Amino acid sequence: MTTTDPVTAAQRAYVASQAADARVNVELETGGMTLNMGPQHPATHGTLRIVVRLDGEQVVEAEPIAGYMHRGYEKLCEVRTYPQVTTLVNRIDWLGSFANEVPFILAAERLMEVEAPPRAQWIRTILFEMSRIANISLFLGDMGAQLGAITPVFFAFRDRERVLNLIESATGGRFHPNYDRIGGLKDDLPAGWVESCHEVMDRMRDFCDQIETLLMGNEIFAARCRGVGVIPADVALSYGLSGANLRASGVDWDLRRDVPVGLPFDQLDWKVWTHPDGDSFARFWVRLQEVRESTKMVDQLLDGLPSGPIMAKVPRIIKVPAGEAYVATENPLGAMGYYVVSKGDLVPFRVKIRTPSFNNISIVSWVMKGVYVPDVITILASLYFILGDIDR
Amino acid sequence: MPQLPGLVKGLGVTFRTMLKPAVTVQYPHVKEEPTPRARGVIALKEENCTACMLCARECPDWCIYIEGHKYLAPPRREGGKPRQKNALDRFDIDFALCMYCGICVEVCPFEALFWSPEFEYGEHRIADLLHDKDRLNEWMATVPDFEPYEAGSEMKPKKVPR
Amino acid sequence: MVSLIDAVELAYWQQTGIKVAVILMVIPAGAIILGYVFLMKMMSHMQSRLGPMEAGPHGVLQLVADGVKFLQKEDIFPEKADRMVFALAPLVVLISTFLLFVVVPVGPDLIVEDLDTGIFFALAVSSISVIGVLMAGWASANKYALLGGLRAGGQLIAYELPLLLAVVGVVIQAGTLSMQGIVVAQADGAIFGFDFIGNPFILTQALGFFIFLAAVQAELTQPPFDMPVAESEIVGGYQVEYTGFRFLLFFMGEFGTAFAFAGIASVLFLGGWWVPGFDPDDNILNWLGPAVMFGKVMFVAFLIFWVRFTYPRFREDQLQAFAWKVLIPLSLINIAATAVLKVVF
Repeated sequence: MTTTDPVTAAQRAYVASQAADARVNVELETGGMTLNMGPQHPATHGTLRIVVRLDGEQVVEAEPIAGYMHRGYEKLCEVRTYPQVTTLVNRIDWLGSFANEVPFILAAERLMEVEAPPRAQWIRTILFEMSRIANISLFLGDMGAQLGAITPVFFAFRDRERVLNLIESATGGRFHPNYDRIGGLKDDLPAGWVESCHEVMDRMRDFCDQIETLLMGNEIFAARCRGVGVIPADVALSYGLSGANLRASGVDWDLRRDVPVGLPFDQLDWKVWTHPDGDSFARFWVRLQEVRESTKMVDQLLDGLPSGPIMAKVPRIIKVPAGEAYVATENPLGAMGYYVVSKGDLVPFRVKIRTPSFNNISIVSWVMKGVYVPDVITILASLYFILGDIDR
Repeated sequence: MPQLPGLVKGLGVTFRTMLKPAVTVQYPHVKEEPTPRARGVIALKEENCTACMLCARECPDWCIYIEGHKYLAPPRREGGKPRQKNALDRFDIDFALCMYCGICVEVCPFEALFWSPEFEYGEHRIADLLHDKDRLNEWMATVPDFEPYEAGSEMKPKKVPR
Repeated sequence: MVSLIDAVELAYWQQTGIKVAVILMVIPAGAIILGYVFLMKMMSHMQSRLGPMEAGPHGVLQLVADGVKFLQKEDIFPEKADRMVFALAPLVVLISTFLLFVVVPVGPDLIVEDLDTGIFFALAVSSISVIGVLMAGWASANKYALLGGLRAGGQLIAYELPLLLAVVGVVIQAGTLSMQGIVVAQADGAIFGFDFIGNPFILTQALGFFIFLAAVQAELTQPPFDMPVAESEIVGGYQVEYTGFRFLLFFMGEFGTAFAFAGIASVLFLGGWWVPGFDPDDNILNWLGPAVMFGKVMFVAFLIFWVRFTYPRFREDQLQAFAWKVLIPLSLINIAATAVLKVVF
């Protein structure tokens, strides 16, 4: 390149300096072993890379390197219409996919100043809680697998299958429902859905009891998890942790209760579970109780489902008026938020996606000082992230 | 009843699970029916399609290829003007690209696209995943009727044109 | 076996050849049976699924198919690996398995060599596998393998002691180290004068049985003691660089040793090849014995694998604490109590 444009040269120098910082400095290690828990590793739920420096079996330093799964969501959103973006954001947190659509649709509805009818809001909440149940029940089994108990994973998949079948019978897709629309939902529930949903919720409560007996009551599990990876409340807040990780450190904060966005959580009888310890056992315990609480909430929502239309009056071609809106909801992994900037077009001008897992793993380098290698796995498993959520 | 330590109770759970029948469905000897709304494959009713290109435009992956031409149809009454109509030459959906999102089915204003729960159309060559007009017409036979809605709904199920 | 072969008047080298051939057939057969019944079918049903069903009726030929698959794989050496040590490591583990079968009796005359120091010999040769594991961990030139190998070194040596001490109680009660002698002692013994079921040592040595099984679980590096092969952390530990035929050797070593130890546990605690209602010298037991031993081995293996599939794994320091602070003191108490009660009664 023969151009001597000073702006380009300055840009290139900046990028080069950033890249030099991002490389892990292995030439200067004077002792200990650098272990690369690389992008391909059974414990990292996907392509997360953690470079740990070990002294024997103790970790001296740990550094997470994300970005192996970056798909360019925020850039994609600038060139896709609103229904197309709804389809795409299913794939951020792919285990609880419906929950990804909800904050985005709510932000768009806030910009369009349209409100979904009550029946749509209630069904939205039912599916939102069901995606939480599907997501966290996989976590309950998976944490056992990371710790060496190979049986609970299969129970998790077996019972989660029923929830996915229910979601499929309503929306058409097990993993990517694409069901939320600006102004309501795509279609109403098929006949018989409410009753099968009650049965499935009973089954999920049995599953929770099984996991409690098999894993939580197990003394080996308790010995592996108690006191491991303690995160005090102020550190958790300063790193931006959210969701069950925060509640397990004793902070009583739940967006469903504290920030109303139109979903009928205030009309239900439910409680927020916290735990004072802040260790890996506490995080597991909080998530188990949350699944139980969600099944009870879904039962209440099904009993109180109002009748009415499923879609408000919105034009066929959706052009969102200019403005900006930020809506965050309590997703299964934590607090997920969408900051939508619109200039009055068919496509959003800018969508910033605040994902919970990105902050959840930022605490890895702080919490892993001085733990053993097996504890690294325990902590990663208990923090619970999904790669699509970190990297988008 | 004295409390059994957790270790023993865990053994009981696995033992009891061992005695219950397994939940595996041995595909392909036994097949489970997907739900009627399952998004398996897209079917085209060619008579209803007017080549308006809305589905091809809205598809996030641009996996629908449509070619059509206009022709003059005879007037409806004697002595009237010939009418201009659209005819469909080519309507291909590339299922290698399709995301199964359903936007095309939803935006079609003429009820020409439908979802079918059929999913067993895997091919050995990726190029064979491009379903042309005739194949998409064949899928119409597998489209189930729309189910009745849950109590409390104000919607009426639509009819699938056969 | 000794008297049978004497009757046919074979030379010594021919007798040894037959014995070696028999053991070499038993190791893969035992590994396949244990692997299929417990690892494939029992584990699957405990996890609410069916397991292999396609290869042969109900998947009985799955491990045979797996064996063929392993044999036709490429023989890979990591670039920086020490080739000779890398190749020898699985063989060292297999030698330990092989030698264990020398002293396991399946009938009054069916034992490869009835050593007077039977159980002592068995425990001594079981320690050879530690060398093999350490060789594998070091020669793989892989940090994960090194971690696994070193963890294995610490663990296997730590759990040798409870293994040994649990057996001492049995030896005190039987009065002999010979394996056939221990079976005969259980057959001839009596419980408070009631001698129909003899005196299987599991009744009086229940604590010893529990400690022995826990130590065997650790010697086989199975959950909850599988830190050296922690699959979700160090992805196979010392076995991580082994593929194809060499991995098959490790697999056979693990399950063959499980088979052998289950056999030793049945002999020590469950009465071996003897069933109530027969005289220990009866020749009919030469035909019944193998079937009886097989049944008892399946029972012990069921216990070992049941625990394996249910529990998560211990951390390395918790594992060592369990061995040194729990199992060894318990086994010492067991020995003291056995010795005192043997003299008193």
